[in-house]
Amino acid sequence: MVRIYDESKIKVMTTTAIETKKKIDVVTIRPSKGWVGLHLRDIWLYRELVYFLTWRDLKVRYKQSVLGVLWAILKPFLSMVVFSVLFGKLAKLPSDGIPYPLFYFVGNLPWDLFSTSLSVASKSMVTSSNMVSKIYFPRLIIPLSSVMASVVDFLISFVILIGLMIFYKYAPTIGVLWLPVLILLALVTALGVGFWTSALMVRYRDFNYILPFVTQLWLFITPVLYSAKVIPQKWLWLYSLNPMTGVIESFRHCLLGTDFSISPLLMVISILISILMFISGLFYFRRMEREFADMI
Amino acid sequence: MSNIAVRVENIGKEYNIFKENIKYATLRDKIVNTIKSPMKMLLNPAGSNKFWALRHVSFEIEHGQVMGIIGKNGAGKSTLLKILSRVAEPTEGYAEIRGRVGSLLEVGTGFHPELTGRENIYLNGAILGMKRAEIDRKFDEIVAFSEIGKFLDTPVKRYSSGMYMRLAFAVSAHLEPEVLVVDEVLAVGDAEFQRKCLGKMSDVASEGRTVLFVSHNMSAIQRLTSECIVLDNGQMIMRAPTAKAVDYYLTHDFESGGEHRYTPDEIPNSAAPFKPIAVRVKTAKGITTDNQLSTEPITVEVEYELTADITGLRVGIYLFTSRGEFIFTSFDTDDIAKYNHYRVRKAGHYISRCVIPADMLNEGRFVIGMNASSYMVKRYFGDERALNFNVNSTGAPGMQWVEVRNGPVRPRLDWEIKEA
Repeated sequence: MVRIYDESKIKVMTTTAIETKKKIDVVTIRPSKGWVGLHLRDIWLYRELVYFLTWRDLKVRYKQSVLGVLWAILKPFLSMVVFSVLFGKLAKLPSDGIPYPLFYFVGNLPWDLFSTSLSVASKSMVTSSNMVSKIYFPRLIIPLSSVMASVVDFLISFVILIGLMIFYKYAPTIGVLWLPVLILLALVTALGVGFWTSALMVRYRDFNYILPFVTQLWLFITPVLYSAKVIPQKWLWLYSLNPMTGVIESFRHCLLGTDFSISPLLMVISILISILMFISGLFYFRRMEREFADMI
Repeated sequence: MSNIAVRVENIGKEYNIFKENIKYATLRDKIVNTIKSPMKMLLNPAGSNKFWALRHVSFEIEHGQVMGIIGKNGAGKSTLLKILSRVAEPTEGYAEIRGRVGSLLEVGTGFHPELTGRENIYLNGAILGMKRAEIDRKFDEIVAFSEIGKFLDTPVKRYSSGMYMRLAFAVSAHLEPEVLVVDEVLAVGDAEFQRKCLGKMSDVASEGRTVLFVSHNMSAIQRLTSECIVLDNGQMIMRAPTAKAVDYYLTHDFESGGEHRYTPDEIPNSAAPFKPIAVRVKTAKGITTDNQLSTEPITVEVEYELTADITGLRVGIYLFTSRGEFIFTSFDTDDIAKYNHYRVRKAGHYISRCVIPADMLNEGRFVIGMNASSYMVKRYFGDERALNFNVNSTGAPGMQWVEVRNGPVRPRLDWEIKEA
């Protein structure tokens, strides 16, 4: 018995329920065919869940450690010390005339934000499998909120940066106003890749092993440990297509006043690549979403 | 507006057997398969081993109605609930629900052991779709209901399992959904907790909300629902008033001849190391038949195999009337001496046998359920309608009067008549 249902009627019912602010919403359930809409309104409705999940991640992370939040400061600080000795003192990697610890720290700050965001976002669906298989909520909430906790860590370690800049007597340029945009770009890049990998990981756990390796390689094609000036001119265009190159070069440019070694056009192209990755990731995630509960 | 709370039209859900068994494919398999048959992968990426867990199911539930859903394991009950709670997406069809759907199968989902009771109330509430203001408003009520009192600011990992469950349940119970979905089959927890679930369910129902109740417990179904849907093999077989649906479910499609032999597809993987072989009823002369006499003892046998030793195993039977009323439950290690002797039951082939004494049952149809479990540890296997048989009361006490004797039992009592 197939009854053809009248779509226009349901639409009217849904909208009236919203318009009159009645408590009762009509939920319609149907198979989604092909590529589906993003339903960003759903995510907006569940925005408090993003907050609570982020808050949970932060609380849990530091709850059973003696030093607690101090770890968010200690970790980047210690890695700065180690890398400064290894690459600055021993290997003498070029640092545009900036003291290596400062040079490294400014580059590593956005890189850490990117790499931890990517890593937690990728694993997020699998680690929340018990929630996914039992309750409905917009699944995009999971990778989104997993990234938020690393933003908080980023902000905390930013405090050390301020300390370092005072110590080395560096004043930021007016370009510092661009930092929020750059942070957003790093996040968009991480989430763009993260949407893809988190959805893929539900199906193929192989990505759990592939990803750390890829992130490691990515670090080497990004000017974190060394200056972008060492890249031969003829390869610079390719190097610049990496969105993180643009982010880190801009970070140094804004905070330390170093020369900007990549062309603005390439920077724009790399930003477009990030945005494309982000949007395609969103759609791919939504496309796979219907299978998550069955697969996970 | 109409008074329909849930409308389901032609809903179907197709699963891939490959996915079900292997859980997730590895990339290697995918690559190898793609190389082997690229066209096939493009045209039919999921593979061809598909089956319909649910198909052509349509029904409507009115506002405030309590609807039972009954059916064997694998009939599609849980799949239906998953679709209605939007966890799984249907493959075909359409459903419409007016209002928020809450479910008592998601109790404690998202609880984090490191967080305190207070923190988990907020977290869990948000996961269930409550607004922060709503949680604030109900907070005191939730705390009072859960009876955790001074442990409110203790991490829940230090809670006893009872406290944990109470808190988790308290949050779920205060969601106040318009439509409540209860899957008793999946409900974990002790009897006390399950009783609480059922209690909350009848509260919700009496408040005029809509409830969908999945259960194998026919007496709960009868107590709480007025109408039921019977599912079998993913199809909706009937929708009828509860009494009729339960009778149909318990007596229809049974193996006859007084014996039920288990086929491999009736035994879930989770039953291992317990492997049921058969349940049968025999007469006093040792004949296996579904026609028994009330005046003679009836032997009930459960035959099974253990592929490994099991500690604390008890194998038992339930006896029901065909209307699903419980008559009794009995286990093979009820006797303390046997319990001590069979503390660990070795791997092997067993028959647990008991005798229902003569002059105990009234005439009519009876249903035997079977259960194998280790108390508080694991329920290996359960089949609440393993077998049914007919009891003939020829020669039973009181047969000189042609009348129907009410009640499932018809004991021969030793009356004494005295002039006082």
